[in-house]
Amino acid sequence: MPVVSMTVNGKAVSADVDPRTLLVQYLRENLRLTGTHVGCDTSQCGACVVHVNGAAIKSCTALAVALEGANVTTIEGLAQGGKLHPMQEAFRENHGLQCGFCTPGMIMSAVDIVNRKGNKLEEKLIREELEGNICRCTGYHNIVKAISAGAEAMGG
Amino acid sequence: MYPFTYHQPENARKAATVAGKLEDAKFLAGGMTLLPTMKQRLASPANLVDLAKCDDLRGIEVAARSVTIGAMTRHVDVANSKELQEAIPALADLAGMIGDPAVRNRGTIGGSLANNDPAADYPAAALALGATIVTNKRKIEAEQYFTGLFETALEDGEVITKVVFPIPAKAGYEKFRNPASRYAIVGVFVAKKGSEVRVAVTGAGSSGVFRATKIEAALTAKFSSKSLEGVKMPAEGLNSDIHADAEYRAHLITVMAKRATDKAK
Ligand SMILES: Cc1cc2nc3c(=O)[nH]c(=O)nc-3n(C[C@H](O)[C@H](O)[C@H](O)COP(=O)(O)OP(=O)(O)OC[C@H]3O[C@@H](n4cnc5c(N)ncnc54)[C@H](O)[C@@H]3O)c2cc1C
Ligand code: FES
Ligand code: FES
Repeated sequence: MPVVSMTVNGKAVSADVDPRTLLVQYLRENLRLTGTHVGCDTSQCGACVVHVNGAAIKSCTALAVALEGANVTTIEGLAQGGKLHPMQEAFRENHGLQCGFCTPGMIMSAVDIVNRKGNKLEEKLIREELEGNICRCTGYHNIVKAISAGAEAMGG
Repeated sequence: MYPFTYHQPENARKAATVAGKLEDAKFLAGGMTLLPTMKQRLASPANLVDLAKCDDLRGIEVAARSVTIGAMTRHVDVANSKELQEAIPALADLAGMIGDPAVRNRGTIGGSLANNDPAADYPAAALALGATIVTNKRKIEAEQYFTGLFETALEDGEVITKVVFPIPAKAGYEKFRNPASRYAIVGVFVAKKGSEVRVAVTGAGSSGVFRATKIEAALTAKFSSKSLEGVKMPAEGLNSDIHADAEYRAHLITVMAKRATDKAK
């Protein structure tokens, strides 16, 4: 089996993988980083979104073996020194979750939106950018509020 | 997913050679279509030839009369290219309407054209702009390239290397999305070059992308959405499914064509 090495949340990791292993399986099963969720497993729902080399991707639709050398950030990599990331804090403050299943993907997508679009986000833009993230609980309203607040907080 | 052997050649020539030598090989581009298909066991290639390391397949080049886009160029790069936004804004616009940000970060123009999903966006642009699909073996005109639902003129082991789009005087794209998948229920690409107007429709046809000659004729007479008042597209040959029936799709074609014409620049 091929050996795959990557950097996950700042740490170098390496493992033998079957070429069929999806990035999300590698993260959850090899590294025990179970914050990244599998909702649909058909590339639709965004629960599995992580950042690879700075871009948001669906980790259920990428092969681990193809990502040799990649730099991956998961939801576990956001909080620093025991303190929640401003986007995580904003989801908590604004009641941006109910069951929490979609939340890791929502937050990883949200941080990616801020990285690309800046700290002042219109509601319409947030809704458009969230097209690949599905939530079964909240009705999105508080997620949009949380992202708007989190984006501002990320600006410092 | 069934097991496969993974290959990662570092240029297009090697990719074609590897695929040519191996039994039952398939190219992997962004994987946004192929991997879900393999998970569902609807595809089970013995060999997967990943094009991700083929840097010669990536990039956008704008020349005086045409734009050339490498097969592995991702939707996000097409959408954000400043040069393309100048040369063919409708094409950049179209790429930005595909799926969602995470899909655009992986999906490629080559993968989309090779797959030829009847509801995909790029086929409409390729047909309306009169693009040339360049492979490791030959050049294929869009008109000859799309041969049916998920069918193209590509042969086994043939790899798309780039796509050449002639620069039109004006072009516009508009689609009515399926709200769940974001694919087109109906998408219309309108392009004017000299006195010729070409209009391609995706999402609607039961054998994939097609040219709407009735709309082309009306827009050739005068390139304005007013020319399309009262133009009724026939429902024959259009899809009926749970999302929209053929009548409704026929109606949407004219509506999308009007909007695309108004947007055209
Ligand atoms: C949630 C979701 C929403 C989407 N929404 C849209 C949408 O709104 N509009 C739209 O148009 N598309 C949409 N797509 C599809 C997306 O655009 C894909 O990127 C595209 O269909 C396939 O491109 P890919 O690079 O991922 O190719 P892959 O999935 O890697 O490959 C697809 C096929 O093409 C072949 N192939 C790939 N590259 C080449 C090449 N260079 N030469 C020869 N053969 C090749 C492969 O062997 C395979 O058969 C969506 C996908 C998802 C998952
Ligand atoms: S689990 Fe990956 S998109 Fe739903
Ligand atoms: S909070 Fe339950 S799915 Fe979003």
